[in-house]
Amino acid sequence: MLEKPIITAQEAAEKVKDGCTLMSGGFMGCGAAHTIIQALKAKGLKDVSLISTDTAMHDLKTGKVTGIGHLVVDRCFRKITASHIGLNQETQRQMNAGETEVELVPQGTLAERIRAAGNGLGGFLTPTGIGTEVQEGKQILNVNGRDYLLELPLKADVAIVKAKKADKAGNLIYAGTARNFNPMMATAADLVIAEAEEIVEVGELDPNHVHTPSIFVDFLVKAERLEM
Amino acid sequence: MEYAPNKDVIVKRIARIFHSGDVVNLGIGLPTQVVNHVPEGVVIILQSENGLMGLGPAPEKGCEDWDNVNAGGSPITVQPGGCFFDSATSFGIIRGGHVDYTVLGVLEVDQEGNLANYKVPGKMVPGMGGAMDLTTGARTVICSTLHFEPSGKSRLKRRCTLPLTAAKEVDLVVTDLGLFQVKDGHFVLAECFAPYTPEWVKEKTDADVVIAPDCKIVNLD
Repeated sequence: MLEKPIITAQEAAEKVKDGCTLMSGGFMGCGAAHTIIQALKAKGLKDVSLISTDTAMHDLKTGKVTGIGHLVVDRCFRKITASHIGLNQETQRQMNAGETEVELVPQGTLAERIRAAGNGLGGFLTPTGIGTEVQEGKQILNVNGRDYLLELPLKADVAIVKAKKADKAGNLIYAGTARNFNPMMATAADLVIAEAEEIVEVGELDPNHVHTPSIFVDFLVKAERLEM
Repeated sequence: MEYAPNKDVIVKRIARIFHSGDVVNLGIGLPTQVVNHVPEGVVIILQSENGLMGLGPAPEKGCEDWDNVNAGGSPITVQPGGCFFDSATSFGIIRGGHVDYTVLGVLEVDQEGNLANYKVPGKMVPGMGGAMDLTTGARTVICSTLHFEPSGKSRLKRRCTLPLTAAKEVDLVVTDLGLFQVKDGHFVLAECFAPYTPEWVKEKTDADVVIAPDCKIVNLD
């Protein structure tokens, strides 16, 4: 099996260009690629459109910031597509001040839109959001007597995902609830960079236990930062 | 009659709704506390939308595994027999009708079964997270809330004024005054919690309340 390049977090950060669309795995910072996020913070980034289920945490009183929230503070994003920003007061502040565009998407719809993009689907029908602001501007289709929203696929230029373990071919295994959005995002971006706590030789992972097949992954980064 | 806010009675009453084997998703905040009051002998399966079935109690201090968190990002443990899955599968479970009960917090809930709990435009915009999928997909939607806002206004309304999380999806509302069913465009007071009386509850609620003919007075202290 061909091996994927193992690059540094700094080299990974260089591949994320200003103005791009970026997917970041993780749920409240759990399962986010913290090493790459810190490298992106060090490099500096602007006008990026972020897709992430939340923007982790940022407490304006204590100044505590976690996960992708580090990039929100630095104003890296012109747009944020997320399901929940409740624990990041800075994201809410930027949204209310009109500094950053925020599109709120129901979490299941967000997961499925990303899955659809990676799975070659033109969209899907979901009852979620019917009768709410979420349906505005969307096509409603009635199937067997029930109304559904047509939701469209969501893809990105780059996805940064985080695994517990990778082999050098790029097969990934996630741990616990750190899996969350990572497997879908790994299928839905042109360039996929996987950060892994451990990178083993090809053949060392039991193929039965692989969550993300190697073909989805372009580059590997060894995790150096595990705290959020 | 004097009103004193009492969150305990809300979570105690909701905890008695479940039967062994029920798959339950508890929202962040007040709903999370329901699990502490499930009667002995009733074994429910807690689903967490960030990708876990079989949510266990919080770990002891020093034993946190930060790969395992709940939907609020706090560390959790996993029950024997539990399992993990990605977010797409998690919401497949939710949307697919495989969750028996979802328990959510409330900003406003109305007699048509509409719920608003994710947005106060221009002020507080936490986002809906998984709440829209949960209210659409779960078999029974339970709202848990103090009956009154801090200002004294009833959280049970004729019509929600805030942006909706769910349209006509709410089945039950449990407050510190009683248990209400949403039925045919009004609230049915099925249980009234002591020391309040059904007539007092009806009078203090800014919505159409019908007192069920078999409305029970329940003491949850």
